[in-house]
Amino acid sequence: MPSNDSTKKILLVALGVCLVCSVLVSAAAVSLHARQERNKELDKVKNILQAGDLPTKGVDVIKVFRDQVRTVVVDLEDGRMLTPDQYPAGFDPEKFNIKEIADSREYGRAIPADKDIINVQRMPRYMTLYEIIHEGRIDKVILPIYGKGLWSTLYGFIALGENLSTVRGITFYEHGETPGLGGEVDNPGWKASWKGKEAFAADGKLVLEVIKGKVDPREPGAIHQIDGLSGSTLTTRGLDAMIKFWLSEDGYGRFLNSLKEGVHHEG
Amino acid sequence: MKVKKLLLDPVFNNNPIGLQILGICSALAVTSKLETAIVMALSVTLVTAFSNMAVSMVRNHVASSIRILVEMTIIASLVIIADQIIKAFAFDISKQLSVYVGLIITNCIVMGRAEAFALKNPPIPSFLDGIGNGLGYSFVLIVMAFIRELLGAGKLLGYQILPVYTEGGWYVPNGLFVLAPSAFFLIGFFIWIVRTFKPEQVEED
Repeated sequence: MPSNDSTKKILLVALGVCLVCSVLVSAAAVSLHARQERNKELDKVKNILQAGDLPTKGVDVIKVFRDQVRTVVVDLEDGRMLTPDQYPAGFDPEKFNIKEIADSREYGRAIPADKDIINVQRMPRYMTLYEIIHEGRIDKVILPIYGKGLWSTLYGFIALGENLSTVRGITFYEHGETPGLGGEVDNPGWKASWKGKEAFAADGKLVLEVIKGKVDPREPGAIHQIDGLSGSTLTTRGLDAMIKFWLSEDGYGRFLNSLKEGVHHEG
Repeated sequence: MKVKKLLLDPVFNNNPIGLQILGICSALAVTSKLETAIVMALSVTLVTAFSNMAVSMVRNHVASSIRILVEMTIIASLVIIADQIIKAFAFDISKQLSVYVGLIITNCIVMGRAEAFALKNPPIPSFLDGIGNGLGYSFVLIVMAFIRELLGAGKLLGYQILPVYTEGGWYVPNGLFVLAPSAFFLIGFFIWIVRTFKPEQVEED
């Protein structure tokens, strides 16, 4: 038996340890991969349903999603709704991942620096969004939104009612804000305060804002204002910017306008 | 008797956080909620136990020149496996723990026990030493998370215990407790209390 300090033994031991470890790590990664992917998928579906105010507890969320939610692909450049044969090559709304799409050269695009109030540099050109169908009619439109808060990029959904102005729900499925402060974006009470707010004024101008502090319900503009999160000025500003960006011409504005005018054709 | 000593010594007499002052970084990061603290405590305990055992198994064949590398490889592999398992079976919690599971690799307790104990002892006692130190870490983590979640959010494990004023109750949450610095104060108090009752732990100037 060679001594532990011989080159041969050292190499042998190092190789052996690496081999055993790599086998264990890859075995864990491969065998758990399917389960992890399903978790992610379920999580996303759950969040879509939550944003749309559909039940997520005690039901088969996948079934609810299939029955009541319709997936729509929109070209954000001109606001056109695409039919499946118009999807860019290789684009699969089922596998839509907002981060990958934003970063990809074919499906994403850079946001001009002067427009980039949400500090994310890139956005998808082709966006997958969701319509909740109730008794054959579009009841809500669920729009993916994201933007920088204090520590992290917040990813979520906002749901608009059939008039495309009344907020019907908001939820964030991924963020790394301070628990108890910016992390209060997960607070059910605060999320509920969005419901019923009007995003657009009568003249079509985007007026919804997240203000610093509490909304005074007696003020005339209260219907367009959301409470800021106390103790987290930067998260609040980020939320305000997200609303201003995504509901404007730079985000979903063109799509929303074309829906309002009813010029889009069902696919 | 020896088993009991290996398991319980690190909880009270030789606590990795309280006396050895190891693993402070993650103790600050994951204790704002009880649930994340419990999962983190469990992961660290298991990783420490198994890495101790593995290091101990190869201890007679590793040259001291590469022992740190071997330890790191073993620890890193175990942490990746733990991370994968949490992602597969406790997805919501894995989202909250985010990077901190990966950072168990740098948790000084794991490496510290491998160096201080596993290199000199057989696998079974090393495993128990890992469990014991993991328990010591868990104990502090869970006590801190209990206090921080209760005072910071009025909740325990996500259930409202103290009715918060924003929802019509009387309790005004103390925002300091959800921030990392509060964990520093709590660790300070913890060490102070332990050393008051066990004066032999006080270091000499």
